[in-house]
Amino acid sequence: MPDATLLDQVKDFANRANPYPVYAKLRQNPVSRQNDGTESGTWVASTHGTIASLLQDPRVSSETLPPADRPRTGNPLTDLIVKPLKDWMMDRHRVFIFRDPPDHDVLRASVMHQFSRERVQAMRVRSERLVAELLDEKRDAREIDAVDDLAYPLPVTVICELFGVPREDEPKFHGWATQLATALEPDSLSDTEIRAENSRTFDAIGGYMADLIKEKRRHPQDDMLSGLANEATPAGVKMGDYDLIATSILMLVAGHETTVNLITNGLLTLLRHPDELERLRQDPGRAPRLIEELLRYEPPVQFRTRKTLSAIDIAGVTIPEGADLVLLLASGNRDAAVFPDPDRFDADRAGIRHLGFGGSLHYCVGAPLARFEAEAALTALAKRLKAPRLVEDPPPYRPGAALRGPEHLRVAIDGIS
Amino acid sequence: MASGPTVERVIVAGAGLAALRGAEAMREAGFSGPLTIVGDEPYRPYDRPPLSKHVLTGETPADATTLPSSLGADVAWILGSAATRLDRAARTLHLADGRALPYDRLLIATGTRARPWPNPHEGRLSGVFTLRGRDDAAALRAALAARPRRVLVIGGGFIGCEVASLCRQLGLRATLVESGPTLLSRVLGSAVGGFIGAIHEGRGVDLRCGSEVEWLEGEDGRLVRAHLTDGTRIEADVAVIALGALRNTEWLDGSGLSADPGGVDCDAVGYVLDRDGQPDLRIAAAGDVARFPHPLYGGRRAALEHWSHAVAQGIHAGRLLAGVKPEAPYGALPTFWSTQGDVVVKSAGLTTGADAVAFTQGEPGSGRFVAVYGREGRCVAAVSVDSARWLPAHAELVATAAPFPPHGAAADRPARGITILAPGFA
Repeated sequence: MPDATLLDQVKDFANRANPYPVYAKLRQNPVSRQNDGTESGTWVASTHGTIASLLQDPRVSSETLPPADRPRTGNPLTDLIVKPLKDWMMDRHRVFIFRDPPDHDVLRASVMHQFSRERVQAMRVRSERLVAELLDEKRDAREIDAVDDLAYPLPVTVICELFGVPREDEPKFHGWATQLATALEPDSLSDTEIRAENSRTFDAIGGYMADLIKEKRRHPQDDMLSGLANEATPAGVKMGDYDLIATSILMLVAGHETTVNLITNGLLTLLRHPDELERLRQDPGRAPRLIEELLRYEPPVQFRTRKTLSAIDIAGVTIPEGADLVLLLASGNRDAAVFPDPDRFDADRAGIRHLGFGGSLHYCVGAPLARFEAEAALTALAKRLKAPRLVEDPPPYRPGAALRGPEHLRVAIDGIS
Repeated sequence: MASGPTVERVIVAGAGLAALRGAEAMREAGFSGPLTIVGDEPYRPYDRPPLSKHVLTGETPADATTLPSSLGADVAWILGSAATRLDRAARTLHLADGRALPYDRLLIATGTRARPWPNPHEGRLSGVFTLRGRDDAAALRAALAARPRRVLVIGGGFIGCEVASLCRQLGLRATLVESGPTLLSRVLGSAVGGFIGAIHEGRGVDLRCGSEVEWLEGEDGRLVRAHLTDGTRIEADVAVIALGALRNTEWLDGSGLSADPGGVDCDAVGYVLDRDGQPDLRIAAAGDVARFPHPLYGGRRAALEHWSHAVAQGIHAGRLLAGVKPEAPYGALPTFWSTQGDVVVKSAGLTTGADAVAFTQGEPGSGRFVAVYGREGRCVAAVSVDSARWLPAHAELVATAAPFPPHGAAADRPARGITILAPGFA
């Protein structure tokens, strides 16, 4: 079966730097079955139209996580009584990117209520300051790593401040976030080692969050976690503690693992298109459209997975009930039917209906944050880096195929102004 | 006809959304001859949906609703003068100001007007409003801004629901009187209408279903209270008459066209029909006033008062009159939305004639749900209440006439399984 290897090729680390030719092959069949050995199979949607349609199809579920199965300890009391209870609690309180309505909607509404315009605006100003400070630290350098020096610390500081995580605890999150982000990589779900490690990590970060939530109840501050822990939404909803812990973890991990790729992919793309870099330097007002094109051209989240609850007829095929779905967002973004000359980076293209933030009810909660963090970072980099050059192209990539981005991005410079 | 030997004259009767899109479509299709647009209101085409929403809250001024247009200076506008008579033999359109305009092609898009309060004396009381045009909306906005003690809404259709819920948003007391068993019972049936009514009651609308206003009492020419047929009195200084619309077809009396208060009849292509059922190939109709056989509904004739329909059928008719042969009969899937306070009701398809309704997603009691209407074992319509994201998938079921009841499993499906009820149209 010729399709059999295409999804494997997407996952194959060898294609990480440039997965787009594989996506183009996948688009020859808008929805294709990938031979994964299961009865219902894994199906990949690769065109803009099919992805957009499936994103809002009620027969498509986000509840893709297999039932919790915490590692056994060998202690019979723990394994027979505590483990099933904990597994049950895990299943009941999944993070809301892995949940369907109505529960998803209630949890998301609580977050959106705290994600107020004032808070987001305040972080915008803060982002610009942070970028300035981070670049000031490297003022005399002749080479920077755009990831470690800016693209990682910026969104991490922003999400921690937004949630009210003390700055000194931030390093703990680095490892936790990297580990938990593997849950978005399809193969990790069937890997018992990774799942066991994720369970341990979830316990660790969950324990930390439980303590922090207690603290926010005793001493509420003006941050999102205090708000979520103490205030109900206008509809009168207040999250229970387990949902609150899970939701906080989701937000913190998302803040750690996505925007970093947007900023890094952004600088990489600009360095590969020096004319665009120069235009941005001269006109920072170009940043918003440039970032929309970036979200199309090199989206931080390349694909998301779903499951079918019923059979679905689409694009001439029938996806059976219970099938695994891969919505290849980054491929839909390169669909020539929607974006003429799709492999060209062109910030001036009209009507960029990209799928970079997903769509429908799971549309990225942090989209406004991501946009202005990227804007602050890229405009400052364009303005302040003197004669930036890529040290290696392509750069080394992080392992993830779904959350895809460079591990490091070394840039030689003649200084920072 | 753009390439025809003689220059033909086109008149568009009506100056609303369908008329505008029709005129634009003619130009885009290459018709460059004389084009005249006639409207009874003194305004260029404007957008009506905001009139019962943002205009009433004061967020949008009534005169900021003018529709953007691609029409150029080569279009003659005759505004403020209604069409009064059509003489097909002489191919002449007569206007209220006495003018007689010759035509070679005519687009009928005269739309509808608000059904007035049956007692004209009471209807003229200060404080009594209808809501159809820009001036109506501006006047009602001024009345609401004066913080009336209570607003009485007569009629529980979409406009009535929008006005009553909007009054609650403004912090005004509102009573809605509806003669049917529930809100929206004619269009959506009482099964769905009942749940929508519960939402509005939850938001503080004083809902009186199964009641009728017998008469409106005034003092010194001002509305002071309404008397219901059950003997109750409602003290109110503003009343909004929301009893539906009347189609503007009187001017077609004597034209020989098949027209009545339900609309002017068209064939499947879009040409109007005369009383013998023969198409008049010089005249097409579009928008609220056009009653046409819908291919999705077994050719049942309907006139649709929907925004998206006015656009799509306007374009269809405009191209037809410009000489573009249609590839298929006009048959866009009917869709509409209604913003009722913070509740958005959206619909795809036609509920008319449905024999069952299935609650397929959400929990109706929670105020967020999707209902699918079935007729003879096929999906004919879907309505979402605060769940618009699911509607496109359901529209697909309707467009393909999928078997009813639809798919058995879905995200956000009701916990107790899908309930199927009689729609309960009033």
